[in-house]
Amino acid sequence: MAKKNLKIIGTPVPKHDAKIRVTGEAVYGHDIKLPGMLYGAILRTEHPHATFTIDVSAAKKLPGVICVITADDVDTNNISYKRDHPILKKEEVNCIRDEIAAVAAETKEIAEKALKLIKVKYKIKKGIYEPLDALKSGAPLINKFSSGKFEHKNIAEKFYYEHGNIEEQRKKSMVVVKRTFTLPRMTHACLGTSNITAHYNKTTGKLLLYSSTQVPFLYQRDMAHALKMNPSDIRIIQPVIGGGFGSKLDMYPFEPICALLSIKTGRPVQILYSRHEEFLASPTRQPMTIEIEAGADKDGNFTFRDVNVIKDNGAYTSWGATTPFVIMQAFSSLYTLPACRFSATAIYTNNVFAGSFRGYGNPQATFALERVIDLLADKLGMDKAQIRIKNANRPGETTGQGLFFETCGHQDCLQTVIKKAGKKRKSENNRYRRGMGYASMIHVGGGAKIYRSDGCGTTIKIDPYGYCTIISGSNEIGQGSETVLAMIAAEELGISLDKIKVINTDTDIKPWDVGVHASRTSFVAGNSLLGAIRILKEKLNLKAGELLQEKSTSFNYEDGFIKTKSKQIALDKVVREMHFTLPNELAIASYFYEPSSQFQDKGFKGNVSGTYAFASQAIEVEVDTYTGNVRVLTVHVAQDVGKVLNPLLLDGQIHGGVLQGVGYALTEELIFKEGYLLNPNFHNYKLLTAADTPDIHFYPVETHDKQGPYGAKGVGEAPLIPTAAAIANAVCDALQIEMLELPITPERVLVALKNKNNK
Amino acid sequence: MEVSFNLNGEKVKCKINPTISLLELLREEMGLTGTKPGCNEGECGACTVLIDGISVNACLYPAINIHGKELVTIEGLVTAEGKLDEVQQAMVKHGAVQCGFCTSGMVMNIKAMQRNLEHAHHVPGENIRVQPDRKNIMKWLEGNLCRCTGYVKIIDAAEEVLNKNKI
Repeated sequence: MAKKNLKIIGTPVPKHDAKIRVTGEAVYGHDIKLPGMLYGAILRTEHPHATFTIDVSAAKKLPGVICVITADDVDTNNISYKRDHPILKKEEVNCIRDEIAAVAAETKEIAEKALKLIKVKYKIKKGIYEPLDALKSGAPLINKFSSGKFEHKNIAEKFYYEHGNIEEQRKKSMVVVKRTFTLPRMTHACLGTSNITAHYNKTTGKLLLYSSTQVPFLYQRDMAHALKMNPSDIRIIQPVIGGGFGSKLDMYPFEPICALLSIKTGRPVQILYSRHEEFLASPTRQPMTIEIEAGADKDGNFTFRDVNVIKDNGAYTSWGATTPFVIMQAFSSLYTLPACRFSATAIYTNNVFAGSFRGYGNPQATFALERVIDLLADKLGMDKAQIRIKNANRPGETTGQGLFFETCGHQDCLQTVIKKAGKKRKSENNRYRRGMGYASMIHVGGGAKIYRSDGCGTTIKIDPYGYCTIISGSNEIGQGSETVLAMIAAEELGISLDKIKVINTDTDIKPWDVGVHASRTSFVAGNSLLGAIRILKEKLNLKAGELLQEKSTSFNYEDGFIKTKSKQIALDKVVREMHFTLPNELAIASYFYEPSSQFQDKGFKGNVSGTYAFASQAIEVEVDTYTGNVRVLTVHVAQDVGKVLNPLLLDGQIHGGVLQGVGYALTEELIFKEGYLLNPNFHNYKLLTAADTPDIHFYPVETHDKQGPYGAKGVGEAPLIPTAAAIANAVCDALQIEMLELPITPERVLVALKNKNNK
Repeated sequence: MEVSFNLNGEKVKCKINPTISLLELLREEMGLTGTKPGCNEGECGACTVLIDGISVNACLYPAINIHGKELVTIEGLVTAEGKLDEVQQAMVKHGAVQCGFCTSGMVMNIKAMQRNLEHAHHVPGENIRVQPDRKNIMKWLEGNLCRCTGYVKIIDAAEEVLNKNKI
């Protein structure tokens, strides 16, 4: 049981590792330089769909080129979630990212020159770029490694879920709304581009990888499968990571390619993506169309949702294909709902494949759902705030999908933002129109049991000088998990923060953990650390009791001392006595925490997370009806975080998430034409800047969930999930228009206005 | 060819290939990896350094042009005793750092704004002193992209430092 009177938890402790990041001392993958290191580069196809022949002989002859590989030179297994992705493509390419050769050379310049010397002859084929075209009769097989287990060979993955009686609920409905929404490809645009440094040792047969993966243990296994190696012969060290947001959940071909170049040459090899390559070849959020029909009865109670999602899978299947796990949760369980039917189909195309991105399908689902709620309210003539409050989830609710909300701040969140936002300000004149939009979200807040384990291991030790080392399975990708872990140890052990070290970057050392995803790290790694501390304290208490001649085992850990009401002994002294006197024990403990969540059954029912997070946003916008430009004025965010562990870092997650959500709503889209990427740079892919930051007001809602460390829930993904939905609702409110797709560009606003005026 | 310049307060001389950028000179030749390569096309600002007090994207700046100039990089801000510069301190205190990849560039650009405030009237061709209100800070930082923080804490940190010695 964690401590009650908290001194450190809940305070704005600056990031544990901020100093090395603010001085330029942090070592990112880009900064690694090993003795004898070669530079790797990848040749990608020039066309999205073609057959090809390749001749690398001229590249091999270039002085300084050490190794050139094509599919013919390697013996590997396919990678990806469905194992349908060859690392190097042979004879045929299926999307514009496809890797067809790779080079290792003494310098970057030589490597790049060598790529230009590779002669490729393409025979361009007509590709399929619309998912539904891939299901037409006569459509060619896009991925020859397709499992073929569905009714059409071009279907990569399918999900079906239902609860309640849709037909009965349809009859009860006074209003029904049906719409189809289209969601774009947004990309993570991490400031640090993708990178890897591989070092294979020929004599030991061991492979060392400096990798920015978010999921090192799954990655180790995937890499071993790809290279036909033993996972334990692969050691993953994570340098400082220049942004994750889900982009590093999958393993991509460039990573085993780099390993192969090192295996072939016996020298360290590094591959760094250029920004162009990052836009082209790193993942995206899933593009999809969402067809939704939803109803409400005469009093505004939601009755049913019937949802069909078509996802563009691209040429290969990434974890992104599994986002319907999360998408269906939003449709089945956000606001109380008697009946839901949901189907999702991921269809192969010759487009690039998506990966996982903060929110994991939820921003798409929430956009569609919250737009439809506004339309239902309009049809009923109901207030848009009131219809949401009326239907909001409540504590104690078990949803049709089996999610159990022991605590639930949905009502509080909604009421808070509605009250704080107040009424929208009056539009100043006819040109600039103001609008207010609301949206909520539900997301897992206590991990997500989608692997065999959703656990995390921790080892904690105290040294003879009273310093503490936490060896955590979890990892830091910038979000601040190290800081939260250090705070927990400081709180529970009475050790000052500057004496706490967190070791979390090496698979040879740290215990197992699923990885950074599903907003799980503070929750799962925090609980794991608390478990390890409990065991460690049992040992320390015994020794302290012996030394203090105290029978009680109830001690306070404060300011480096172990105390009773009348006696105290320095913690470091207790540790020394443990080490150096009989029975000579280490002050060390390990614990593996597994959340209490359940696996879902075949119908996707079950309580999949330890707890659930809720959030609501109220956003006011101003639209220029002459130019179509949307300006976000104010964002009010209320989020059920369970308990605030560190308000400074929490604010950072909220602000950063919201701005990513604003980008999703208004500016960000990778534009493809017939499989070619048209905007692979920051000039044409519009990331928001400091000048675009709206006023963000954040109100944490604390529901003190007993499952969480100190009552905390996961927070990382939630802030961006409802943002695009609330902005779309605000724009539609301002102009009384329909908005069926994102991003809401000036052009789309003007087209919608024109359509409205033509009616 | 050889260039000599002042790097973080010390005179340096080095032989360089005339085709490389200042970013390459710093990172590849001199081992100063605190300046970050975010895009290599002048769009993201991660490689911002100060040349004669003005913020410049090192990726677009030919290394040969540094000859005779005064260059300050992120490595030049910490004192010999290891004390952080006030901009760095404010960034830490305000929680303005997440992944940190944009941070060096952000810090250098805030330093440039601070210098503009202090010296603008002495510098020919740069005589506009930008008032350090929130709106101007947001505009000043427009060329530095950040994907993690939503900029709010970075703006907070800049606002605190730039208004400390308000004249």
